[in-house]
Amino acid sequence: MNASEHGFNPAFNMATIKQVINEAVERVRMPTPMRLRDLIRQIRAARTAAEERSVVNKECAYIRSTFREEDVVWRCRNIAKLLYIHMLGYPAHFGQLECLKLIASQRFTDKRIGYLGAMLLLDERQDVHLLITNCLKNDLNSPTQFVVGLALCTLGAIASPEMARDLAGEVERLMKSPNAYIRKKAALCAYRIIKRVPELMEIFLPATRSMLSEKNHGVLITGVTLITEMCEHSPDTLNHFKKIVPNLVRILKNLILAGYSPEHDVSGVSDPFLQVKILKLLRVLGKNDIDASEAMNDILAQVATNTETSKNVGNTILYETVLSIMDIKSEGGLRVLAVNILGRFLINNDKNIRYVALNTLLRTVHVDTSAVQRHRSTILECLKDPDVSIRRRAMELSFALINTQNIRTMMKELLVFLERADPEFKAQCSSNIVLAAERYSPNKKWHLDTLLKVLVAAGNYVRDDVITCTIQLISETTSQQGYITLQLWKFLAEDTMDKQPLIQVATWAIGEYGDMLLTTEIEDAHDVKRPAEDDVIDVYHRLLWSPQNSTITKQYTLMSLTKLSTRFSSITKIQQIVSTFSSSLHIELQQRGVEFSQLFGKYGNLRPALLERMPPMEMTRSSDAQTNGDSDLNDMKLDDSPQHHINNESNALLDLLGGDGSDMDIIKPNSTTTSSQPVSNSNNQDLLDLLGGLDTLSSPMPPADTGIGLILENNNPVTNNVNSNSNFLTGDFLNTNSVNEVDVPTITAFDRDGLKIMFALEKIESNSISINVTASNHTLSNMTDFLFQAAVPKTFQLQMLSPSGTVISPNGVVTQVLRVVNPSKSALRMRLRISYSLDGNIVQEQTEVNNFPTEVWD
Amino acid sequence: MMQFMLLFSRQGKLRLQKWYNAHPDKLKKKITRELITMILARKPKMCSFLEWRDLKIVYKRYASLYFCCAIEQDDNELLTLEIIHRYVELLDKYFGSVCELDIIFNFEKAYFILDELLLGGEIQETSKKNVLKAIAAQDLLQENFYGKAKTKN
Repeated sequence: MNASEHGFNPAFNMATIKQVINEAVERVRMPTPMRLRDLIRQIRAARTAAEERSVVNKECAYIRSTFREEDVVWRCRNIAKLLYIHMLGYPAHFGQLECLKLIASQRFTDKRIGYLGAMLLLDERQDVHLLITNCLKNDLNSPTQFVVGLALCTLGAIASPEMARDLAGEVERLMKSPNAYIRKKAALCAYRIIKRVPELMEIFLPATRSMLSEKNHGVLITGVTLITEMCEHSPDTLNHFKKIVPNLVRILKNLILAGYSPEHDVSGVSDPFLQVKILKLLRVLGKNDIDASEAMNDILAQVATNTETSKNVGNTILYETVLSIMDIKSEGGLRVLAVNILGRFLINNDKNIRYVALNTLLRTVHVDTSAVQRHRSTILECLKDPDVSIRRRAMELSFALINTQNIRTMMKELLVFLERADPEFKAQCSSNIVLAAERYSPNKKWHLDTLLKVLVAAGNYVRDDVITCTIQLISETTSQQGYITLQLWKFLAEDTMDKQPLIQVATWAIGEYGDMLLTTEIEDAHDVKRPAEDDVIDVYHRLLWSPQNSTITKQYTLMSLTKLSTRFSSITKIQQIVSTFSSSLHIELQQRGVEFSQLFGKYGNLRPALLERMPPMEMTRSSDAQTNGDSDLNDMKLDDSPQHHINNESNALLDLLGGDGSDMDIIKPNSTTTSSQPVSNSNNQDLLDLLGGLDTLSSPMPPADTGIGLILENNNPVTNNVNSNSNFLTGDFLNTNSVNEVDVPTITAFDRDGLKIMFALEKIESNSISINVTASNHTLSNMTDFLFQAAVPKTFQLQMLSPSGTVISPNGVVTQVLRVVNPSKSALRMRLRISYSLDGNIVQEQTEVNNFPTEVWD
Repeated sequence: MMQFMLLFSRQGKLRLQKWYNAHPDKLKKKITRELITMILARKPKMCSFLEWRDLKIVYKRYASLYFCCAIEQDDNELLTLEIIHRYVELLDKYFGSVCELDIIFNFEKAYFILDELLLGGEIQETSKKNVLKAIAAQDLLQENFYGKAKTKN
């Protein structure tokens, strides 16, 4: 071509052309985001945590900006990177909405990653996940089976009750789909829906019935799972499905007897997953039903005898079979077969099998004790297994197997076990040994010896009931008292610092039977040297001055020492020791020191009578001891009754958050701690509105989001005490101080229909007063559910402590303490709302108290 | 029903987490931390089962990865071991002699395979062949929509 024809421009040379083209391309081309594996490589290459954090933050910032720019092309890659970052532990909530956009896309890759993101980032607590429902509905109707599969999988993983209700119809339709791939997923999705919303079960019943006539193992196993869940949920459905037992038996038979099927084979067993599921369903159907159980007897026996046990697979099926045999109404021969299988498991080399056997035996030992007794020695061997779970199971099983014949041998092994046991076992083990000894001991001496061994072996981990049991037994067994006291003395003379319960029992026994210690003839003296009085007193001296002994132990010791003053001849040393305790820093010890010193001085003539030997204590059933503990707890809860429900709710909240219930015990106010209710939080001028607000504040525990919130509630700056228990104590002291004052202004706050409420006012500081509220019942019946609420104007601060109770008996009273802070020194007005139940009627009263004496505030 | 499945390395790094129940993120992290510490503290000769809260924990170590599942009280622990083994076999077949690096770099594929084996905490397919067939078909679907460039994320 001729350059002149085109208007030749000298600037148009190759370099410029290249440059122009490059710029144009740059403008058009977007920079591709970093690939996922490059990001992963970069993060793994980071050598310190700070380096990793910076890489992650940079990438997160980039990803966030691409979300803002609505980058459709690379969204899927960015979300994948975000999911990786999320797995490392970094927050990724900003990606939730983007996952939804991915799901809505038509590209399969987008959907795959989008649904994965939804399952990882969303759970039913997010609001965002409601938006998924529409996408799911569309995808459940997609012509592509894999898209439907994705949707079903996601629905099964994150279905909330609302989503379940919306989409149940679609899932039901898909359960009848001709495509087996979809049918099996729909079945499991239905299973999850039923778990979330049990009422929807009816919808799925028709489609479920046909699932068992399938050839496809996937559909079979999911169908069986669904049916099992339905039967466990509703007894009617259970009865309805009882008629499929023959079908299940047939399927199972085919599985066992059919030839090798490479597709489903696992180490020579044909489809163990399906077999186990069917066995479980048979168990559910056969429970408490003789006919159904009879129909499955044969197949269970067949499975039990034909299954190969060399690999774990076979043992899995045998395990499930044994569970089923034990649960249904099987015939005797079958049960023996099952226990024998378990016995074989017990000597298996594989730990897992042994564990599983012990577990199952524990469940069945009460049903079939004699069969299990045969394996007793193996079980005792398992007590020495290095694995802690196996040891625990063996211990529990051993206790279940104890009877009068084998008590001696069992106890020997168990005591050895107790000596070597971990601390967490010692408490439980020792209590169980004591129980067993009580029930089955051959004679008293053996019983006492065993208890002594328990106290020695378990040290400080022994529960309190063991101490009391031992003491009671010693006092009951008059013939052995001398012997046991000598034995106890032997241990006391040694160094027993970490065995407080032992010291307590020993000092009690020596105190009671000190004279026997010095004089009685005993048959098996072993190597115990009979002590002299001074030896005993020296040991006591050591015990009382040792800082490692607890206060309770010292209380026992001091009491015992005082008793010895009547049983020993020389009392000067004893008197000296006792009198030093009258200036002890511990109030319990000081009290005893002072009181016992009186017994040596002015009231010396009372001493022999007071300290004479106790009569044998009556036997309390050990079960009573336990219920006593429970009823104490119940009493505490009763005092709390208006607060009881709120406490449970907050407990439930904390459980959901993963908080331990034990933490709650420390934080939550119970009837012995103060509850703080600052009313000053409300913003209303009107007293009435304040009182309306009080309806929620009257319960001392508004449900808090976190345990920390609860702690803050109790750390009311007005009370300025972290430990609410000591708060109560100071409150108590303040109250007792007020009793000493002569004139305490009292006003009548309310007097109507037999209920009279008096306020006793006393000044605490310059601008705060304490009001003792006394509510008295002048009717002839009980006032129950008594609730007293108060509101003060905004300028005041009101704090209410918990009432003494909620029931006022006729002529009885209920008291409550209020504290009012008046920074502005204005006149106090108070509005009260009172409610109670009287003779089945609920009475609610409201009144205003204006007659507070103004001189209180100066 | 399986409550959750965790995969983590011997150093305590999480490689995969599948939860079959809704929990807030903080709780998931707390549970994960607690379990990882508990399981890594176990000696090699101990049995594969633990009691934890009201669940049974089944764990097994394959090379440098721990596979840990939490099941309910009435589930069969030995069967869970079999399920874990089946999952490992599937991964092995898919990646060809799988190692931890494969799972790190292709974690999304590990999830996809798990989702074809388990749904809602229960087994949905007992045939290895069918699971792998489904995965292969979906990979093909992914490729066809895009062309080759998009298959490697």
